[in-house]
Amino acid sequence: MTTTSVMEAIDETPTAERGRPPLNVIYEWLTTVDHKKIGLMYIMYALVFLLIGGVEAMLMRIQLAVPNNHFVSPQVFNQLFTMHGTTMVFFVGMPILFGFGNYLVPLMIGARDMAFPRLNAFSFWISAFAGVLLYYSYIGASGLYAAGSAPDVGWFAYAPLTAKVFSPGHSTDYWTLAVFLSGVGSIGTALNIVTTTLCMRCKGMKLSRMPLLVWLYLVMSSMVFVAVSPLTAAQIMLTLDRYIGSHFFDTQAGGSAVLWMHFFWIFGHPEVYILVLPAFAFVNEIIPVFSRKAIFGYPAMVAATVGIGFISMSVWAHHMFTVGLGAAGNTFFVFATMVISVPTGIKIFNWLATIWGGKIIFATPMIFCIAFLFQFLIAGLTGIMLAAAPFTWQLGNSYFVVAHFHYVLVGAIVVALFGAFYYWYPKVTGRMMDERLGKWHFWLFIIGFHLTFDFMHVPGLLGMPRRIYTYEAGRGWGTLNLIVGIGAIFQAAGVLCFVYNLVWAYYKGKEAGHDPWDAWTLEWSTQSPPPAYNFAIEPTVNSRRPLWDLKHPEDTDSEYER
Amino acid sequence: MFSPAATPARSIVGLSVLVLWVTLGIFLLVGGLLLYALIRFRHRPSDDEHEPPQIYGSDQIELSWTVIPILIVVMLFLTTTRVILGTEAIPKPGNAMDITVIGHQFWWEYRYPKLGVVTANELHIPVSDPNTPLPTYLTMSSADVAHSFWVPRLAGKMDVIPNRVNTMWMDPQQPGLYLGQCAQYCGTQHAKMLLRVYAQSPQDFAAWVEQQKQPGRQEFPGNAAATEGQTVFMHNACINCHTVAGTAATGRFGPDLTHLASRDTIASGPIQNTPENLRKWIDDPNSMKPGSLMPAMHLNDHDLDVITAYLSQLQ
Repeated sequence: MTTTSVMEAIDETPTAERGRPPLNVIYEWLTTVDHKKIGLMYIMYALVFLLIGGVEAMLMRIQLAVPNNHFVSPQVFNQLFTMHGTTMVFFVGMPILFGFGNYLVPLMIGARDMAFPRLNAFSFWISAFAGVLLYYSYIGASGLYAAGSAPDVGWFAYAPLTAKVFSPGHSTDYWTLAVFLSGVGSIGTALNIVTTTLCMRCKGMKLSRMPLLVWLYLVMSSMVFVAVSPLTAAQIMLTLDRYIGSHFFDTQAGGSAVLWMHFFWIFGHPEVYILVLPAFAFVNEIIPVFSRKAIFGYPAMVAATVGIGFISMSVWAHHMFTVGLGAAGNTFFVFATMVISVPTGIKIFNWLATIWGGKIIFATPMIFCIAFLFQFLIAGLTGIMLAAAPFTWQLGNSYFVVAHFHYVLVGAIVVALFGAFYYWYPKVTGRMMDERLGKWHFWLFIIGFHLTFDFMHVPGLLGMPRRIYTYEAGRGWGTLNLIVGIGAIFQAAGVLCFVYNLVWAYYKGKEAGHDPWDAWTLEWSTQSPPPAYNFAIEPTVNSRRPLWDLKHPEDTDSEYER
Repeated sequence: MFSPAATPARSIVGLSVLVLWVTLGIFLLVGGLLLYALIRFRHRPSDDEHEPPQIYGSDQIELSWTVIPILIVVMLFLTTTRVILGTEAIPKPGNAMDITVIGHQFWWEYRYPKLGVVTANELHIPVSDPNTPLPTYLTMSSADVAHSFWVPRLAGKMDVIPNRVNTMWMDPQQPGLYLGQCAQYCGTQHAKMLLRVYAQSPQDFAAWVEQQKQPGRQEFPGNAAATEGQTVFMHNACINCHTVAGTAATGRFGPDLTHLASRDTIASGPIQNTPENLRKWIDDPNSMKPGSLMPAMHLNDHDLDVITAYLSQLQ
């Protein structure tokens, strides 16, 4: 069989049946094991939490906009930043990226579903339950002490602040259990993605022909095993400390506060790469298509990704430069942290080389990826500054760090995600999102982003620590925080355009056809939306870009690939 | 951070400026190339419909942008290591001023073991003349949760962690007041756990030590209110948490009050130390610093007046 069979096999029977009884539809979604439906549920669930986490951020910015503000109490502010961080990492970042992975990985490797469909459903529902559990703390269970108080220990919940004596009541338990369950769900989905990638590829798709997105999801999922397991274990240890009197982190009885920090950051730093690799993955697919060129240096991109995966496991203590680990320990982690910039740099250079010599089309997915490139470059460079331990002695736990990691999480990851939404929405729904609204979304969000996070670096340099609910007028932080707050309004407006666009396009968007972007990977060879079985017959591929080969039989990739 | 007043902070600025220049250079180079590529290689309406030439990679180019960053990384790493060793791995001089710092929810306790002085929230240290250096060494731990000691103009921060002893040093060369605050989230009032470091000339510092060594004042001739206030203070729960040296008040949970009136601020920095503020604070600490662990003692107006009169006399 040749590549051409991929296209011939498109099954044109309509599958999207709108207008069935709602109860049937709900039942179908609740019980589904289809990777596409589960992926979409992950994404929608994450979008809801994105809005909640965004509102929490807005409330904090209102509180900090002027000095000595009394908009919220210190207790409420501490709950807000704890919930914002926990929500954004565990209930937005992880599920939305797993959602895209769930949806795209089987389609891109020519499979009909994930390796373990039921585990997939289990992982989603346990993660979803975790998010609901966390927010249930706001209501609290009746009759329980401290009912109605959200966790307020910070998203990294340093011991011994989480001990029973400093955090009485149950709010910390809600946090612990939510993170624990989310960890279980993440490990389940990671297991699924690794197995699917290794065992479910279609004929001809050697590892060296896998789309880069799939490669990155493979590395990211493998990292989840190593990174999320210690965190999940630490939640159990913390619960034992709180309820049956063990002393892992209980400093009053000889436990170690530093032990918790190690547990948390051996998760926490790989987690950053777990979140950013999927963003890289989207960019790896979008930039070539809109530059009309193959990705530059595919083997180097794979090697850099695997390199990042390994190195990221040995950088965690750069979050602990101020813990007093001593000169030798600090020096090691300075080196490891700086070295990771080499594979990351290779990626940026390869994207640049992919654009070089292309015919760049500035459609909405592409402009988000371009913004990603600039912003990720800046985030990487402030990362190198912070890798120099003495710099972190000054600016660790200051607003400079907050600005740095929001540059990564928002400027790189969220922006790449927006690009991914515009790029794959036509595949998922069969309709195009509106380009004009997309441009509005882009400019509002990018202007807001730079107002907020460029200016946020400065109060850090001026000595403003993070997690303070208010500050004195005389410190010179007021104007800067006001600008940061104004930027947040622009970002919110951008997100509203986006949400409106999502809903509008579902009903009114232009019909997309199966390959609106003239792209090259397998998901574009099937219908939009894809049928439940994805492909009518199993595709066969001869190169990394099966649809390129098909469209250019005179100049196929398979002749050039090394 | 960029107006350092002591050696550790100064060496950090030196390193930071170097790193800033290097990263700025990389940003301009890569960002400029990216911008150029975006403009030069944009799709033009006049373009023909052919796809551009497909280029899959180039070993030479890829090798160069692997090796050059490695060289930059090694350079930055060695420079950073020099600063780390110069701050964390140099021997402590014999004449160093030793101070024990203990973090509490939400205030700082300072003990000068060689001088027999105990104080809170306002740290007094001698300036260090470059010709005859007199660095101050802080030995730090916490009585409850993790805190972090950060006075940007003097040195980088160091965490203050329970069940663990950390050290840091500083050698301010100019007398003055240096501000900072707790930099590790430690609970409700993390925001108002401020740091005030007074660097003083050797004479001023010696005079301050001499005054702080005295036990708490117990005789208040001609000041009936203060005398009565002392009695009320000693017969209330105040003494369970606070110390006034030389009296029955020996509590350790709250700040030492022996020389409270010699301080500029109360409540760990955010409130000026005036009799009106002090009275309001004693009446209801949570109205001024919500989340403060000092309870409102429900004293009547008269008792509040006389206790304020007493504490205002503890110079």
